[in-house]
Amino acid sequence: MTVEEVRSNFPILNQKVYGKDLVYLDNAATMHRPVSVVQKWEDCCFLTNSNIHRAVHHLADLATEEFESARVCVQNFLNASQKEEIIFTAGATASINLVAFSFGEAFIQEEDEVIVTEAEHHSNIIPWQMMCQRKKAHLLVWKVDDFGRLALEDLNKLITPKTKILAMTHVSNVLGLVNDIDGAAKICHSHGVKILVDGAQGIVHQIVDVKKSDVDFYAFSGHKIFAATGVGVLYGKKELLDLMPPYMGGGEMIGTVKFTGSTYAEVPYKFEAGTQNLAGVPTLKPALELALNLREPEIVAYHEEVKKYLYETLMDDKRIRLLGIPEKLANKIALFSFVVEGVHHEDLALILDKMGVAVRSGQVCAEPLMDRMGVTGILRASLAMYNTMEEAQYFIKSLNRAIDMLL
Amino acid sequence: MESLLEVENQVVDTFSMFDEWLDKYEYLIDLGKNLDSYPEEKKTEDRLIKGCQSRVWLDYEVKDGKIFFTADSDAIITKGIISLLIGVYSGRTAEEISSSDFSFVDKIGLKENLSPTRANGLVSMIAKIKEVALLNK
Repeated sequence: MTVEEVRSNFPILNQKVYGKDLVYLDNAATMHRPVSVVQKWEDCCFLTNSNIHRAVHHLADLATEEFESARVCVQNFLNASQKEEIIFTAGATASINLVAFSFGEAFIQEEDEVIVTEAEHHSNIIPWQMMCQRKKAHLLVWKVDDFGRLALEDLNKLITPKTKILAMTHVSNVLGLVNDIDGAAKICHSHGVKILVDGAQGIVHQIVDVKKSDVDFYAFSGHKIFAATGVGVLYGKKELLDLMPPYMGGGEMIGTVKFTGSTYAEVPYKFEAGTQNLAGVPTLKPALELALNLREPEIVAYHEEVKKYLYETLMDDKRIRLLGIPEKLANKIALFSFVVEGVHHEDLALILDKMGVAVRSGQVCAEPLMDRMGVTGILRASLAMYNTMEEAQYFIKSLNRAIDMLL
Repeated sequence: MESLLEVENQVVDTFSMFDEWLDKYEYLIDLGKNLDSYPEEKKTEDRLIKGCQSRVWLDYEVKDGKIFFTADSDAIITKGIISLLIGVYSGRTAEEISSSDFSFVDKIGLKENLSPTRANGLVSMIAKIKEVALLNK
C-alpha cells in the first residue's frame, strides 16, 4: 500500500482551506473517518437500526450481532482473554471515570494512595482527584525528567503498602513518548498494585497486547483510531470487573429490579447502562481493520521516514525547543510539541491556519505538564499514517515563514 | 481633528488594500510590535481582559475629559488587534466612544477570520472599551 492509497480512504483530506491544500496535523485531537467507517454507520442506521439485547425481532437480532461482534473484534485487537473484558463507553475519558469510580468504591479506603504520572492529560488526573477526595485517599505524582521521560526506579520508590493503583498514559499527548507499560505493570504487580493505562494516543501508534503487557485496565477512544466519535473502550481484567460495582444505573445493566433493592447483570453489561451507541460501536470493526492494514511494512517504513525528517529538522532548529526527547526515536510517536523562543504559540497556529496547516496550540488539556516543562502553552503537530512527506516539508516551510513574520 | 467615524473608515480602507489574510496579519503584527511599551507593574489581574486565550491587559487614564488607553498582550497578533482598537478609541471622550457601534470591526472581516476563541477575545476587548466609556460618562 502507498500513502496515496491510504489517503484515498479519507475524502476530507482532499480539500482546500483558504485556497490552500489542507495539511491536517491535529491527529492527536481526532483522526479522520475513512469511508468504510461512515459506511458502517450508515448501514447501522439505514439497515439494522434497533435497540440491542432486548427485543426478539429480526432487526434487533441484526443490531445485537453488529454490536457484539464489535466486542469480539476489540478483544482480538487487544489480545484480551475473553470478550466480557471489553466494555463500551463514550470515550477514553468515560472509561477512566468508570474505573476511578467503581475501582474506588470497591478497593480504596481512607489514607490509601493512588499514583498518576506528571505526563497525564486532565482526563487521567481529574477522575482520580475526585475519587481521592471522596475516599479521603491521597494522589501521588510520578514525575518526569527534563526530557519528559519516566524512570521505572522512581515508580518503585513511590509505591508504599498503601498504594492501590497506578494510572499512567501509554503515550503522552504532549510528549509523544512511549512509556514502558509492561515494566510499570511488573513493578506494580510485585507490590500488589493495579495499573490502568490510558491508551488515548497509544492505541493507534503502538501494538497493544494486554495479555503480554499484563495491565489491569486499558482505556481508549474510538475517534482517535478512525472510528465514530462518542465511542470508547475499556478493557479490564474480568476478576477485577466482577468485584467492582456499577458506575451508572439503568437500562440492561440489571439482574432483577425491586423497590427494595436490585441485582445487577454480569460483566460487561453491568457497566453498560442505558441505550448503547448502536451505530457508533460497530464502526470499531472497519476502523480496527484499517488500523491493522496500516501495519503493513511499506506504510510503516514511510511513516517512520516522515517522523524522522520532522524530528531531526525540529531538533536542529536552534529557535525551537522540542518537548519529549526520546532515548531513541522508536520511543516517540510522530507527535511534536514545541515552543519557539520569543514567539507565542497562538500566533503561530493562527498564521499556519491561514497557510492551510491545522495544528493545535495551547495547553492541550495538560496544564500540570506545561507547568513542569516551564511553558504556558505549546504548538503541537501530530501525524497520522495518511500524512505525506510533502505535507511535512510544507509544514516546516510554513513554520519558518510564520516565525520570520513574528520575530 | 478627524471624527471618530472618519478614523474608523480609514481603518476599513487600510484593510481593503490587503488581498490576502496573511497580509492583514502582517499588518497587525507590525501594529503589535510598534505598540508603546506597557509597564510590567500594570500587568495585574484586574487589568486582564477576560475571555481571551492569550493574556491581554488594558489600562486607561482620563485627561481633559478624554480617555487614553494603553494595552499589552503576550501574543503579538492579539497585541496588534488591541493596538488597532486603542489606536481608534484612545484620546476620545466617553460620549464619542459610546456613540460608536464598532461596526468597522465587522467591515474589516476581523471577527470571522479569527478562531472562535480569538473572536471571543475580540468581543471581550470591545466590551471592555465600552465599559470604560460608560464608567467615565
